[in-house]
Amino acid sequence: MTTISVPVGGVRKKSLLWDYLTTVDHKKIAHLYFWTGLVYFLIGGLEALLIRTQLAVPLNHVLDGKAYNEVLAMHGTTMIFFVAMPLLFALMNAVVPLQIGARDLAFPFVNALSYWLYFFGALLTHVSFLTGDVPQGGWTGYFPLAHPDYTGYGMSYYAMGLQLSGLGTLLTGINFVATIVNHRAPGMTYMRMPLFTWTTLIASILTMFAFPPLTAGLFLMIYDQLFGGAAFDPAKGGNPIIWQHLFWIFGHPEVYIVALPAFGIFSEVIPVFSRKRLFGYPAMVVATALIAFFGFMVWVHHMFTVGLGPLANGVFGVATTIIAVPTGIKIFNWIFTMWGGKVRMTSAMLWSVGFIITFVMGGVTGVMMALPPADYQYHDTYFIVAHFHYVLIGGTVFSVFAGAYYWWPKMFGKLLNETLGKIHFWLFFIGFHLTFFIQHFLGLWGMQRRIFTYLPGQGFELPNLVSTIGAYTMALGVIVFAINIVYTFVKGKPAPADPWDGRTLEWATPTPVPEYNFARLPLIRGLDPFWLEKQAGNKTVPPAEPYADIHMPNPSILPFMMSLSLFIAGLGFIFKDQYHPSFLYLALFGVAATLLVMFLRSVIDDEGRHVPRELVEQEDAKGVSA
Amino acid sequence: MVRQGRKKGAFYVPLFTLLALALAGCGDPRVSALVPQGSNARESLSLIQISAYIMFGVMGVVIFLLAVVLIRFRAKPGDRTIPKQVEGSNLLEFIWTAIPVLIITVLSILTVRLTFSMAQDHSDDPNALKIQVIAHQYWWEFRYPDLGIVTAQDLYIPVGKKISAELWSTDVIHSFWVPALTGKMDANPGALLDGKRQNANRFSFDAETVGVFLGKCAELCGPSHALMEFKVVVLPEDEFNRWVEAMKKPAPKPETTKAAAGEQTFQKNCMACHALEATDPANRPGPNLANIGNRLTIAGVLPAGDDAERAASLRRWIEAPNAVKPQNDVPGTVIMPPFKDKLSPEALDQLVDFLMLQKVDVAPPKAAAR
Repeated sequence: MTTISVPVGGVRKKSLLWDYLTTVDHKKIAHLYFWTGLVYFLIGGLEALLIRTQLAVPLNHVLDGKAYNEVLAMHGTTMIFFVAMPLLFALMNAVVPLQIGARDLAFPFVNALSYWLYFFGALLTHVSFLTGDVPQGGWTGYFPLAHPDYTGYGMSYYAMGLQLSGLGTLLTGINFVATIVNHRAPGMTYMRMPLFTWTTLIASILTMFAFPPLTAGLFLMIYDQLFGGAAFDPAKGGNPIIWQHLFWIFGHPEVYIVALPAFGIFSEVIPVFSRKRLFGYPAMVVATALIAFFGFMVWVHHMFTVGLGPLANGVFGVATTIIAVPTGIKIFNWIFTMWGGKVRMTSAMLWSVGFIITFVMGGVTGVMMALPPADYQYHDTYFIVAHFHYVLIGGTVFSVFAGAYYWWPKMFGKLLNETLGKIHFWLFFIGFHLTFFIQHFLGLWGMQRRIFTYLPGQGFELPNLVSTIGAYTMALGVIVFAINIVYTFVKGKPAPADPWDGRTLEWATPTPVPEYNFARLPLIRGLDPFWLEKQAGNKTVPPAEPYADIHMPNPSILPFMMSLSLFIAGLGFIFKDQYHPSFLYLALFGVAATLLVMFLRSVIDDEGRHVPRELVEQEDAKGVSA
Repeated sequence: MVRQGRKKGAFYVPLFTLLALALAGCGDPRVSALVPQGSNARESLSLIQISAYIMFGVMGVVIFLLAVVLIRFRAKPGDRTIPKQVEGSNLLEFIWTAIPVLIITVLSILTVRLTFSMAQDHSDDPNALKIQVIAHQYWWEFRYPDLGIVTAQDLYIPVGKKISAELWSTDVIHSFWVPALTGKMDANPGALLDGKRQNANRFSFDAETVGVFLGKCAELCGPSHALMEFKVVVLPEDEFNRWVEAMKKPAPKPETTKAAAGEQTFQKNCMACHALEATDPANRPGPNLANIGNRLTIAGVLPAGDDAERAASLRRWIEAPNAVKPQNDVPGTVIMPPFKDKLSPEALDQLVDFLMLQKVDVAPPKAAAR
């Protein structure tokens, strides 16, 4: 676990490890998500460097075909499922309850369970490295290639790991919807919610509808791989195209699940550092909802070359272009938020401006790819690789960096170093465009994606070398970020409660934030409540209630145990085919243990505990003076 | 601080110049989607160009506005004044909703028309040449059902004629792509239900110029996905017809004792998987080797510029296929086994000699192959 010192708001003294194993506090779960996501970001980044090193020159021998496919599949799977979503969940957990004036998520126990399911899901997928059967079918897991007949049991680790972490994600989605709908402070109407809360809400609704198809698909995949199923096996009368539909019915909304919260982060950062309210707030909310709505009707644009016919291709192509409209609305509203403002180019703001440029470039290629006759050429080439890195790095990764610089003081009580932050930005930004811009052309010049090498003499040599140099520049940027984190924890000064002249409610809480977030729930009197009160000459947001005992949930080890049991079950089911049938007993033990923990959770009556009023008042007096 | 804003402009102007230049036509003409040599690729490129130019415009507007913001609206150090808190503007929202709607309407009309026109089925067209493309890990089989011949790796087609292709795969999903001639079409495996092959695709393409064009597999299909290349040899129609007639003739008989010994080796070691006659109708696990002496590459990747190089490549391939093109290491899939330890060097020499005889006298255009 992490070794950073985090102020513990609780009353009892516990070891840090035990504290984090059992915590149900959204702020600590945010730390868990953040550090785990960051570790996998480094792993996924190393995989990316391996890929780029292999492709630096034609017919290179750093990786052979099989090893390359393994690294490729793990890079994609890791970056989407074990990096992008968890890092966004970290920021959502850290910020959303504070932004709406809630004491925690609606289901703190489930929140902890979500994290541990993710933790063990990611771990299970990575156990494959120890067994030698590593996933090699790409993050899309197309059948029949994902069947053990072609690639061994690697893709079973993929399926089982994603099933676990996907369950956690689904629970997170439900949890945030329940929280945002039910736990807003008095006066926090829907149209006063900060954009990050809005995008979290909509992304969570997307999660609730997008993950079940993936779950169904993964179960069919697991049956086919480990239990003699034939859903996707043409030799037994199944059809591999069904997997593609199930995957992309999930997969396209998934893009918005990681893009919308990113939009939300920029919608927080840009107004604060322009010292201006968000331009066109209602339009931003509607645009978010529209993107989510249309996001479910476009999945076939990933399958234009499958051969579904001109009608399907045409309809889904047109539907896809529609998404450009709400996205464009967002871009222009961000620019007009800055227009007429007082723009401060902090690190968080640099990432936001960098995002607008980068994401627009990714967006326009998105429209180009939505046109099937053009996509027949782009599809499965480096043009696509360039496009989705422009939107996923330019969108999600930039947003996580922006959010990290912006919310670090609230999450960890210290300010990240701004100079290092700017070096980090420029290295990463220049490296990024160096890596991916040229890839658009590589694709059009005839380089297909997911190839472990290429023959000399087709004009691919120089562009690939440029791309590799860019990748290493990005890696330098990430190293600067790591240095910044260490430097901040060692030398950084304690951050004030409101370092950026913030507008939203989280900046009205003291730093460190008390376990219960708000001594008295705040009364919200408009959009950007903290800013409004500051403009009215108030120091903070007024309370909506008198001091009282605060009801808090107890920590629990059960989420950890439940996830561990499922992890054991998952490994057992794979080992029974990969090594020896008797591992079935291990799987059954895991299932039994899961059921036992669920039983315990049901029968143990845990009514939580109360933080006494006196203590709350005492701590509140300290917090205000700070 | 203003300087930084300019710097960003300086970074992007050359990039867009480059983009515009590249779209005007660039890349290796044998393999570039930007140098179309067939009607499909030409139509795709026309849409690529229209949409790209519109999108340059969109990007130009965004970058211009952003540059203005970054130059004009920076906070001076120490400036704590509060700017006017504007809520928004319905007129502006209308403008940046309406203009994109117009743009995508225009694009959509063009797209739908082109999507349908490119999907025209030529399978009943008497003027079209029918072929079947069957993808295997990691090679391509090309059948000409109406002509009764089969070949592999080098697809011969007549210039200017519609090619009506039916595609499927015998193992995993592959995708047929000849960037200079046509966009992709997946080769899917499918169950046979009521005598009908599920997921088989039909599509049409053509070539407008004579030459040799590079084809690729564009769907991840295993360790050698990168090396699953093929060639499309476009011949003038009369020459194509000569090629067909030549391919229908029985395989040439060896005239030297060395080649005769090679034939024996072939019959003992290779014939279970490979046919020598282009007219052989059986579905064999390995590629048909008629005309192997004219192949533009060996196994899709090894050079075959002249006979000496081709013979050397053949030998290298037969000795250790795994070193050239990683084969599946999962039991049960079709692989090309290594013969380095099974055959003596002399036997290998004889075998290569025999294989080099397997050629028709219609050679692919040499100049274009480079």
